[in-house]
Amino acid sequence: MNTANQVLKKPMELEISDRLAKKFRRNLIERGIEFLLLLAAMSAVFTTVAIVSILLYESYTFFEHVSLWDFLTDTQWTPLFADAHYGIMPLVSGTVTTAAIALAFAIPVGTIGAIYLSEFASHRVRETVKPILELLEGVPTIVFGYFALLLVTPLLQKFIPGLPTFNMLGPGIVIGIMVIPYIASVSEDAMRAVPMSMREGSYAMGATRFQTAIRVVTPAAISGIIAAYILAISRAVGETMVVAIAAGQQPNLTFNPMDSAATITAYIVQVAMGDLPHGSIGYQSIFAAGLVLMLMTLTFNLLGHFTRKKFREAY
Amino acid sequence: MVTVTTPLKAESRDLNFIYNGGIHALKGINMPLYEKKITALIGPSGCGKSTFLRCFNRMHDLYPGNKYQGQIVMHPDNTNVLDAGVDPIEVRMRISMVFQKPNPFPKSIYENVAYGLRVRGERNKRIIDDKVEEALKGAAIWDEVKDRLHDLAFNLSGGQQQRLCIARALATDPEIMLFDEPTSALDPIATANIEELMTELRDKLTILVVTHNMQQAARISDYTAYMYLGEMVEYGDTDRIFTNPTQKETEDYITGKFG
Repeated sequence: MNTANQVLKKPMELEISDRLAKKFRRNLIERGIEFLLLLAAMSAVFTTVAIVSILLYESYTFFEHVSLWDFLTDTQWTPLFADAHYGIMPLVSGTVTTAAIALAFAIPVGTIGAIYLSEFASHRVRETVKPILELLEGVPTIVFGYFALLLVTPLLQKFIPGLPTFNMLGPGIVIGIMVIPYIASVSEDAMRAVPMSMREGSYAMGATRFQTAIRVVTPAAISGIIAAYILAISRAVGETMVVAIAAGQQPNLTFNPMDSAATITAYIVQVAMGDLPHGSIGYQSIFAAGLVLMLMTLTFNLLGHFTRKKFREAY
Repeated sequence: MVTVTTPLKAESRDLNFIYNGGIHALKGINMPLYEKKITALIGPSGCGKSTFLRCFNRMHDLYPGNKYQGQIVMHPDNTNVLDAGVDPIEVRMRISMVFQKPNPFPKSIYENVAYGLRVRGERNKRIIDDKVEEALKGAAIWDEVKDRLHDLAFNLSGGQQQRLCIARALATDPEIMLFDEPTSALDPIATANIEELMTELRDKLTILVVTHNMQQAARISDYTAYMYLGEMVEYGDTDRIFTNPTQKETEDYITGKFG
């Protein structure tokens, strides 16, 4: 009897403890994976926090020497000259002008391209054009820089006599070409996501393809389209190489596309590659400039966020 | 018994339809559509009733490779809406459609109803205002929305959205209105409202409705057609189809033995 009991009991006990052990191990693995996932998600947050704190810290040193008032109102940006001026506005004007030229060019072309690809192009055309567009996203920006300097500007000079070799128009257009794929591809995705039933409803009312695209599909996809614009604005404002190469690196307080100018990023690259000693005001100035750039893109992103919320359509 | 001859509004003559890919979805359909009457299409899923309905306003043209054979003739002008020379947009201006799931546009209530007029190029605000009000009244939704005409249509309930879609379809004075299972996404009360509305609309226009709900066909329609596997098995007065079908298949479907 005793032996029989043992035989009966032992496997059950074993089984329970075995299951418990498995559960413990499973929980451990689950927790471990969860932690890894959290770490991956937080890496972007940590990076952002680190960047912002360094920008703030280094800018603080800069603003100990230069007053915020001078920074915002001085019309000259000459940190590297003996007679140093620290007015950020010339860099802001250069950044705004090149980005505005780029967007004035890219938003219409990109949006029309997206409408064509989503609503008019045959399956075959779409499957050919979209990968090519996305390939354009992968071209290194330095290539675009020389494209602006050696091709676009000389071409423009044929139509606009007196256009200097270094100007904002050429690089602006080239940045526009660079961001067209972003606008076209992201907008097209948003438009394709509009349910077919909505298009059918429009056609059933006797609308043409064009009317359906403009009056129904575009408003239905507007939040995605605005997201595409925001992405493009951030790219255009942050673009460095094209303007550094083709716009002349001359901080001028001007909004005239024919003038040469420097943008915030072009200035940062110029200083970072120069031989200014760490800790000098000239060196610190790039952090202040970077902070302004970050505030600009942040503003655009927030604006985009709220417009998107306002236009968000649930269907 | 007095026989009143009802004029024909449209008829399909030996209609075949082949989907892109070769599926022969409709086989030699002949069916009249009487003016200011409700004709119901019933049959099990996949029998071709929605396909048939969508031939009337050439919805199949939206997808490449679909093929019609035969005719759908509209009276009194004898236009074959399937003729390659007939502009599908003109067809859709005469024959409007209400879908299975309410599909309002991402616009205000007002703009949804005005849509058909706007795509026709109507610019006169007073004409549009009048038409919108008339259509919303016709769709029995005016009282519910008259104070918020400029709200987004998505804020309406499902039943209200469907009535809005009916108003949208009404605003352009169509001759025929197609309903593709208009109540299948709605609750019973909203369904009852839509059904009542359809019987009211019968005074103004000709209705062709696809329905999965046999009671609905029996309640609202004047004529019923039973379809199965792309063929029209039986067509006749609704009363007769439901009380005394001549075909065994129809009887089996109606009594619930099959389907």
